[in-house]
Amino acid sequence: MGSLGSFWNEFSAWLPHVQLAHFLIVSAILFALGIYAIATRRNAIMVLMGVELVLNAANINFIAFSRYSTDMNFDGQVAAIFVIILAAAEAAIGLAIVLNIYHRFQTVNVDEVSSLKE
Amino acid sequence: MQLFDVVFYVFALITILSGCVVVFSKNIIYAAFSLLFTFFGVAALYVLLHADFLAVTQILIYVGGILVLLLFGVMLTNNVISVEMKTGTIQAIPALIIVAIVAGTLAGLSYSTWKGVAVPAPGGPQTTTGTLGQMLMTSYVIPFEIASVVLLVALIGAAMTARRHRNS
Amino acid sequence: MAQDTLLTVALAVLLLPLAAFTVMIFAGKRLPRQGDWLSTSAIAAALILAGTVLYGKLTLYHADTLALNFTWIDFHDVPGLGPLRIVLGIALDNLTAIMLVVVTLISTLVHLFSIGYMGGDIRYSRYFAYLGLFSFSMLVIVLANNLFLLYVGWELVGICSYLLIGHWYEKKSASNAAIKAFVVNRVGDFGFFVGIAILFMTFHTFSLSEIFDGIRGGHLPFGSDWWLTVSGVLLFCGAVGKSAQFPLHVWLPDAMEGPTPVSALIHAATMVAAGVYLVARLFPIMTADALLVIAYIGAITAFIAATIAIAQNDIKKVLAYSTISQLGYMIMALGAGAYTAGFFHLVTHAMFKAGLFLGSGSVIHAMHNALHHADDHETDPQDIRNMGGLRAKMPVTFWTFVVFTLAISGVPLTSGFLSKDEILAGTLAFGSLTGHVIIPLTGFLVAGLTAFYMFRLVILTFLGEHKDANRITHVHESGLVMTLPLLVLAALSVFIFYSVDPSGFTPGWIARAVERPESTVPLRLAAPSAGVFEEVLGHVHLTAMLLSLSVAGLGMLAAFATYYWKKISADAVARALAPVHAFLLNKWYFDELYQAVVVNGVLGLAALLRWVDTWIVDGAVNGAGRVTRGVAFVSGKFDTYVVDGLVNFSAYLSGFFGLVLRKFQTGRVQTYVLFAVLGVMVFYFIFRLV
Repeated sequence: MGSLGSFWNEFSAWLPHVQLAHFLIVSAILFALGIYAIATRRNAIMVLMGVELVLNAANINFIAFSRYSTDMNFDGQVAAIFVIILAAAEAAIGLAIVLNIYHRFQTVNVDEVSSLKE
Repeated sequence: MQLFDVVFYVFALITILSGCVVVFSKNIIYAAFSLLFTFFGVAALYVLLHADFLAVTQILIYVGGILVLLLFGVMLTNNVISVEMKTGTIQAIPALIIVAIVAGTLAGLSYSTWKGVAVPAPGGPQTTTGTLGQMLMTSYVIPFEIASVVLLVALIGAAMTARRHRNS
Repeated sequence: MAQDTLLTVALAVLLLPLAAFTVMIFAGKRLPRQGDWLSTSAIAAALILAGTVLYGKLTLYHADTLALNFTWIDFHDVPGLGPLRIVLGIALDNLTAIMLVVVTLISTLVHLFSIGYMGGDIRYSRYFAYLGLFSFSMLVIVLANNLFLLYVGWELVGICSYLLIGHWYEKKSASNAAIKAFVVNRVGDFGFFVGIAILFMTFHTFSLSEIFDGIRGGHLPFGSDWWLTVSGVLLFCGAVGKSAQFPLHVWLPDAMEGPTPVSALIHAATMVAAGVYLVARLFPIMTADALLVIAYIGAITAFIAATIAIAQNDIKKVLAYSTISQLGYMIMALGAGAYTAGFFHLVTHAMFKAGLFLGSGSVIHAMHNALHHADDHETDPQDIRNMGGLRAKMPVTFWTFVVFTLAISGVPLTSGFLSKDEILAGTLAFGSLTGHVIIPLTGFLVAGLTAFYMFRLVILTFLGEHKDANRITHVHESGLVMTLPLLVLAALSVFIFYSVDPSGFTPGWIARAVERPESTVPLRLAAPSAGVFEEVLGHVHLTAMLLSLSVAGLGMLAAFATYYWKKISADAVARALAPVHAFLLNKWYFDELYQAVVVNGVLGLAALLRWVDTWIVDGAVNGAGRVTRGVAFVSGKFDTYVVDGLVNFSAYLSGFFGLVLRKFQTGRVQTYVLFAVLGVMVFYFIFRLV
């Protein structure tokens, strides 16, 4: 219990002063939420929203590391730009596919479109 | 706690809470609008990280583009007037457990690895737009060009895929 | 024209067909008319350039050999071998220059003929592409001044022959014939390859002129006379395969499954002549013994093929055996030392034999169309027993065919008379010099047989009355694109293009341009020198001419008596000599012999090995097995109760898990995503703990 107590003391001292790890933890939570949406929502559009959350989480990581790297380089921000570009492309394609699925199966509920099973 | 920390906590809370609404809300319209707040929160975090250009881009593209696209998708695939806009979940309990493990692992990892890393000494470029533009045109010019091709292909592909076939 | 210009033009001749092939193979189908005009004009341009090269070579550099070399690979200093460089290049002497024109000329005419003959074929553009590749490969052989490049060209023509014989590969017999041609050639090419390897090990070079210099300097393979003869014979093996000499002649008749223009180009005029060309190229390193082997192989081939040709009924098969026989003639001439005559016959034979094949193609084309028109799918359009009386229907084909037949029979005023006469005189001189009288005897006998079977072919195909007049009402003369090549070749079968003197006593321009090269082998191994040979030749020339004229006349007379005037009944003769007839009809049973000896031999060897396997190897294994069985009985009990118990338990366990895991195979992507994430986490923790 002593180790847990010392951990708590350290943690509570660390918590108010925002540093790199704070951003990373926010990003981790956002990432987990996105995965949850991808894995559980029945509506395909909600799945796409989950994907956007995951991508945003990744972007936070990129930019945070870029900001807190010792030489303050901008490579992380450039990477984030490319992620945003990809997200735009992905959203367009994803929605096109969803529309097609809707057209074909008359539903956008992913669990009903389970022809992969056959 | 300084102002910076307070602002961070405010926006971090906004981001996570609205993200929770996106994920857990039964109503798809609520989820979509909640996603708007998530994107704003993330944009604010970008500002705190001195990424002003990306913050603006985030709002322009995510809020102005992707979110609108998603809303269009909602409208086109649900009969708005007659059917309620609710949507269920599947396998919620196992997913919750696994996702909790993921979040805990990632957060613990971040904390234990980078807890001592503070902001480096002030300095360096304060405005990012010019620097980013230069980098995109010099060291990242090939990925930049490839990205433009990818966007074009996505545009054509999306148009082809979503087109209604007259005979079917 | 400077030397370099001449060589550059020769290179252009070489590369034009290659360029045509490259365009045709990739874009042929998309070109207008499927690109036949492109291939044809490329090869026609090559013909014009080749003519320029020949003219320039003969007028400006009559006695020189022009060469263009480049280093392909420089190995620098190889341990245990010294400096090693592989130099490739082309050379241009009179022999090469004449061959350039012959190859491009025949190729051009065949391209032209094919436009008519192959019209509407399913793989029209690919056919022309392969023709281009073939022309290129053949020109590589002709121009190469080293054995390496020559071998490359040698294999390239082989593969072209394979591709073109199997052009209609939907037909089982065609694809079989293609494989047979390829495999039989492999036997000869193996000897050729070993011969090249021996020479390379000895001289560390592929260049022919350097090899000649080395032998002239007294440097022999492995330092022995015997090995020099052996390497000569091994190199000749390549020629045996390509030129369809005994005992590897069996592929050529089957190769007639290919389109007829291909038979004319590859299997009559050029590729099969490559063997003769090879012997001519390598003539300086041939010892007297090697030349004797060559002469006898040629004589045997000429005789066997001529006898078989008498009994065949398929128009193309007759011509195929005639080709083998004539190639044997050329080989025999080279072996006997009548170098110029052998090469001269190669040129004249290329013209009239290509003409004969194209003529037969014209006949087959007409017969095929007529039978098609009459809805007759039973009758074989290539069987001469189904023809007859086509003379009036196809006048151009008939008269050109007659010219070619006169030429191949050696009738005066034709090109064949000049070259055949020289060969016969050469063999006669060889016989009187060395005492091998069988060679000239075979030569004259085959001359008579040739006249007989060729006139039999003409009479049965074109003269007389047709048995069933209705069948040939729709036979028409072929179009200009097919008759024009026939007319050109018929013109080229007349003596005037080769010598102004139709008697053959004054040497023509080819005889003056291509002289027998000095042998480089040591004097004790060499055949009688050119000087001695020429002297004897002068004495026997008139005798040879009179003899050859009389045997050819006898052959023609016999053919007319039997098949036109019907004084002798062919059927009665066949019945009287039934065993001989069957023997000839079945081609001396060569295919059966190879089937029995080679194919069954391999199968028998396999059976023997299997027996060894079954009784000796398996016996040892079985013995070990009995010992093991005793041990096994004991361990079996252990198995049943202990191991099986465990196995059954684990089977039950995995069955149980299977039942559980089946639930996860839902077909839902989302479940899979969840498991993927879980898997990542599991891996993370495993590596974290390890």
